[in-house]
Amino acid sequence: MDWTQILAAGVLATVGPITAGYALSAIGLNLQFGYAGLLNFGHVASMLVGAYGTAMTVEFGGPLWLGLIVGITAAVLLGLLLGIPTLRLRADYFAITSIAAAEVIRLVVRSSWAEPLTGGVFGLQGFGGDFYALNPFPTSVLYGLSPFVVTGRALWVILVGWALVLLSTVFVARLINSPWGRVLKAIREDEDATRSLGKDVFAYKLQALMIGGAIAGLGGILFALEQQSIHPDAYQPRITFIVFVMVILGGAGSIWGAVLGAAVFNFLFFATDSLMAQLQANVDWIGAIFSPAEAGLIKYVLVGVALMLLMVFRPQGLLRSRDEGPADAH
Amino acid sequence: MLSLAFPLTVLAQGGTIGGTLVYRAAGERTPVEGVTITVSQDGTQIGTAVSDADGRWEVPLPGPGTYQVTLDGSTLPEGVTLTDPTRVELPNVAVLSGQRRSVIFALGEGSTGGVAAYARLGSLLVAGLKLGATIALAAVGLSLIYAVTRLVNFAHAELVTLGAVAAYLVHATGSGPGWPLMLAAIPAVILVAGFGGLQGRYLWRPLRKRGTSVLSLMVVSIGLSFALRSLIQLTFGGQPVAYQDYAGQPAIEVLGIPMVPKHLVTIGVTVVVLFIVTQFLQRSRAGTAMRAVADDRDLAESSGVDVDRVIQLTWILAALLAALGGIFYGLNESVSYEMGFRILLLLFAAVVLGGLGTAYGVMVGGFVVGIAVEMSTLVLPAELKVVSGLVILIIMLLVRPQGIFGTRERIG
Repeated sequence: MDWTQILAAGVLATVGPITAGYALSAIGLNLQFGYAGLLNFGHVASMLVGAYGTAMTVEFGGPLWLGLIVGITAAVLLGLLLGIPTLRLRADYFAITSIAAAEVIRLVVRSSWAEPLTGGVFGLQGFGGDFYALNPFPTSVLYGLSPFVVTGRALWVILVGWALVLLSTVFVARLINSPWGRVLKAIREDEDATRSLGKDVFAYKLQALMIGGAIAGLGGILFALEQQSIHPDAYQPRITFIVFVMVILGGAGSIWGAVLGAAVFNFLFFATDSLMAQLQANVDWIGAIFSPAEAGLIKYVLVGVALMLLMVFRPQGLLRSRDEGPADAH
Repeated sequence: MLSLAFPLTVLAQGGTIGGTLVYRAAGERTPVEGVTITVSQDGTQIGTAVSDADGRWEVPLPGPGTYQVTLDGSTLPEGVTLTDPTRVELPNVAVLSGQRRSVIFALGEGSTGGVAAYARLGSLLVAGLKLGATIALAAVGLSLIYAVTRLVNFAHAELVTLGAVAAYLVHATGSGPGWPLMLAAIPAVILVAGFGGLQGRYLWRPLRKRGTSVLSLMVVSIGLSFALRSLIQLTFGGQPVAYQDYAGQPAIEVLGIPMVPKHLVTIGVTVVVLFIVTQFLQRSRAGTAMRAVADDRDLAESSGVDVDRVIQLTWILAALLAALGGIFYGLNESVSYEMGFRILLLLFAAVVLGGLGTAYGVMVGGFVVGIAVEMSTLVLPAELKVVSGLVILIIMLLVRPQGIFGTRERIG
């Protein structure tokens, strides 16, 4: 057992672009779920349209900055289109429609009918040239202390990613501490009471959905730029559930909870992944039961179980006191 | 190193599926140009090809696996048809890594036109009823659970999958006792009904007693759904498989429409089962109690109904119906770990169409959604047919959120 390697896998994932991208997505979901009480089970769709909006713009000859605007606008529009028919209804209708819409968007993007635009199942590649042209770090140099080293290319993505995370967190913190944020929390606690005070509940929810979608779209764009490749099947519903675990783990409805949740989750997830791979390779009876691919699946089973257990036993997450948050909104 | 952000599929090792379309008449071979052929996997389209002047076509694939190859009969030239009309769709074409797999569609003389259009409409209707049967069976349970507990159970899809997988394990000769599918369905349905009962008793009842909010319960159910799906993938494998019985059953012609007998049996059995369910709800004591709890739980409780027992019974019934629906779905399509999740959207469409919490409305809703989805292939590419499910869902939410048969209440 190489514990250094397990630790390195966890630490590199925690500081890396993976956590930054997931943290952005979790900040968006936290605004929707943690503050507005919206059960968005199709959250991954915001990341998808953000990434595809950017990649397709560049693919058709647009500059990257325009791509960023298109991607974020697409994520905002998705929230609008999804919210209008569902947010006036009970919470379960929104949950049902959001999960359905996310799958349908993925199916349409991967269809051969859309292939001239989206690349179908083969996706789009190599659209981040402008982004890496701005990279001040030489890509061949390694930064950090062994075994925690990253390339100059990765360092650039990490810096930009975490800067975006910081900006988004400050932005959401200011929103939440504004009168707008207080109304949002009031809606989460008691929708009817807020409505009776003359607040347009529907409009507030819709705005939360759109802003949250935009931040998640930014996360999707970061992933796309880091990978230099996008692919419809990367946006499986499992991504949504992973982000839910992060938000609840960190504490739904706490400003830094989403970032903390993403960091803790990724550390555990990638350390577990490395641990399972080593157990599979080195411990005979485990290797006999599971193939490498199967050993990789165990962590997804754990994600589902973690989501259930967290929601049942610690719905307030790591950071929050028990008397606030969506878990108590009946 | 850090490129593990998403579980990306490997693209490097794709093969191709291809072939040459030739029309044989009077000993002569004429290449057929301009025919559309679609390759899909588990209902999602991989690619299409149109045959060139030499009749050749080829579709590149993302990787090895089992694919479904469909010839679009409407693109065949006048006077040319498949010599065997049931071979318009080849459901299980296995392709190895990097392999160039060729597929043959035998073409011959035949009549197209008015009769063919009628037959196509007819077979789409049968396909719709067949899909609707699975949706209706599974959606009734989803709706009943909602009626008595106010929970939208996202893990309901996994009961559908478990039914099909359990039947496969009892049925397959390699991994189990190798019972005929009809016998294997019985222990599978009982097993899943038991699992539904255990779930209701040891997961959902304690949560209800703790007073957990409906919002939290939905998050728990989606966690359960994800855990179960991954667990099934881990133990059962990621590749779709088919039941050995009734595979490749030849079509018979009824009223000029080609129909596969197993589809007719699916529809017939489903109608009978749903009729029994309505009689159970309408006439039996337990069914009446179920309706009473759905109507007003507190009133039912104070009238002496044992609410916990009624909810328990509802879980068992819902799981049983879902498992049966799953077996039919597996029989007509294929068995895979994500089959339930794939029709979850259609279950939701049926439930919203019929009215969340109703039983009879949802049965009708299931068949309407099934027919609408299959009929949509007349205007939409086949790979996008589930989109029509979402369209139905959203139109209903905009126009009549309580469903066609739901009673009006304040929903907002």
